[in-house]
Amino acid sequence: MKARITITLKPGVLDPQGKAIAGALHALGFGQVGDVRQGKFIELDVAENDPKKAEAEIKRMCEQLLANTIIENYAYELEAA
Amino acid sequence: MGRPPAMVWHGDAELPKSDLIVLPGGFSYGDYLRSGAMAAHSPVMREVIKRAKGGTPVLGICNGFQVLTEAGLLPGVLMRNSTLKFICKDVHLKVERNDTLYTSQYAKNEVVTFPIAHKDGSYFADEATLDRLEGEGQVAFRYCAANGKITEAANPNGSRHNIAGVYNETRTVLGLMPHPERLADAALGGTDGTKMFLSLVERLN
Repeated sequence: MKARITITLKPGVLDPQGKAIAGALHALGFGQVGDVRQGKFIELDVAENDPKKAEAEIKRMCEQLLANTIIENYAYELEAA
Repeated sequence: MGRPPAMVWHGDAELPKSDLIVLPGGFSYGDYLRSGAMAAHSPVMREVIKRAKGGTPVLGICNGFQVLTEAGLLPGVLMRNSTLKFICKDVHLKVERNDTLYTSQYAKNEVVTFPIAHKDGSYFADEATLDRLEGEGQVAFRYCAANGKITEAANPNGSRHNIAGVYNETRTVLGLMPHPERLADAALGGTDGTKMFLSLVERLN
């Protein structure tokens, strides 16, 4: 199966990179841009056809390595490869 | 210091018997994903975590600090500097307490100069964790002005509560972003870092 994992900073966690992006967009004339938050997107293949098992594995990957849950939230979508 | 060190490769699964384990600074795995995230799972870390939980002192400097937080041996996380810049300069630090393995040769509240050299050194922990760290005396070093005042201007990277280094609950594990070893010899331009290693040699006898 294919997993698409989105990792975002938790609300309240400072994101200076997001701020810099917002500043650059403003400089380009996109004055309507408000708060910008930068995250990560990870796409991976899992050799597992059972969605329940694949989901459990993805969750373990997120908790153990892909996200640092002190500062980040994660979400994922699974799709048959 | 009269204590011979043994170098251990990150891929090794075993550690020699040691009085102190040091995770030095530098970069590991190109800082991909998050600084220290991958190194925290390298084979040698399983043994480091085991020893740390058994009471062996573990010191993490710079990237070593990042690895210790990612490995769960120290609370919090080191995030991108608020300035977004790599900062390489000498900073003033306040020694919060001098009754630990690492700081017995310093005076309490002594202001010392250590260099910093990092891009991901902004210490973050949630309010509950910060309260616990403050309450339990787990803050080791804080960025301060030359006169010892803890000010926003003296905070180089946006760290919460100006925190530059923290201990675990038993104060046997210490992580700090500044580099004491880089100002530990007159030939390097300063010796403020020497006392940390003298403290360890004295206390680990």
